[in-house]
Amino acid sequence: MDLIAQLEAEQVAALGKDIPDFKAGDTIRVGYKVTEGSRSRVQNYEGVCISRKNGSGIAGSFTVRKISFGEGVERVFPLHSTNIDSITVVRRGRVRRAKLYYLRSRRGKSARIAEDTTYKAKKA
Amino acid sequence: MRSGIIAKKVGMTRLFMEDGQQIPVTVLHLDGLQVVSQRTEDKDGYTAVQLGAGSAKVKRVSKAMRGHFAASKVEPKRKLVEFRVPADALIEVGAEISAEHFLEGQKVDVTGTSIGKGFAGAMKRHNFGGLRASHGVSISHRSHGSTGQCQDPGKVFKGKKMAGHMGAARVTTQNLEVVKTDAERGLVFIKGAVPGPKSGWVTVKDAVKKKAPEGLPFPAALKTAEASAEGGEA
Repeated sequence: MDLIAQLEAEQVAALGKDIPDFKAGDTIRVGYKVTEGSRSRVQNYEGVCISRKNGSGIAGSFTVRKISFGEGVERVFPLHSTNIDSITVVRRGRVRRAKLYYLRSRRGKSARIAEDTTYKAKKA
Repeated sequence: MRSGIIAKKVGMTRLFMEDGQQIPVTVLHLDGLQVVSQRTEDKDGYTAVQLGAGSAKVKRVSKAMRGHFAASKVEPKRKLVEFRVPADALIEVGAEISAEHFLEGQKVDVTGTSIGKGFAGAMKRHNFGGLRASHGVSISHRSHGSTGQCQDPGKVFKGKKMAGHMGAARVTTQNLEVVKTDAERGLVFIKGAVPGPKSGWVTVKDAVKKKAPEGLPFPAALKTAEASAEGGEA
């Protein structure tokens, strides 16, 4: 393992984030820390994960899309961000793509994702 | 003025801070950084320290250089650099410099040899805009365009920006912030990019355009002083 990979692995371990197993197509809820002035609170952002990038290392990130007041909103979160309080999987989706960018051009019924009822957690 | 250091560029990564910030950093490695010799006023007419870093195979080192390293009783080094310092900032020969030479939050200047780009056009080399994609432009979309006036002056001025060799030149990036140091492994984390390729040699000095912070180890933070972080004061 080269030094950079080692440093990144150490940092991931030091941050000690509990990241659930999720992939594109899953509906997830992200608790994001928001600081207003001096006090901070946790804001929930729930939507469909439409992509995961750069693996599960320190550079990893994921995109969550939701329809807010009739308008599509996408947010990209760094997987190991210290601003993320929690990530919970709400629903497992069955999709055949790694990136669900096609959802951007869909509305309503055609933008639905079938639930994956046969989901099995990966053995650690 | 303190001596700078020689370091090897390891690569880039990011650091997540407690306040949610993420900082892009370049990791520099101080690989066996030692003082190899001193230049003194009466012997050389100026004062400086010569530092060496890395390790070279003995059989690949010339006889003359072997003698030079033997005289100061250090292992043969891969890279030698001189740093001009005033007489009071000279460091003992053989002393090993630690990564705590720099403080967190301090600004530094990093010098390296940039990645060679070969013969590059005016667009890449000087950020020229090129010519239009249409409206009668033929074949020369990435050309530099006109290089001057007419019969008067009748020549192209010296220093005109044109295509040519780009990169592989000495580049200094000023006022980069030291985010973190790791004395145990000899690592310095510097915010942002640093000139040169991975595993290239760079030199790091205190920023010339910023005031040095208080409590900098003077003349240098040494490894041999063991345990005590203020070993440099000796």
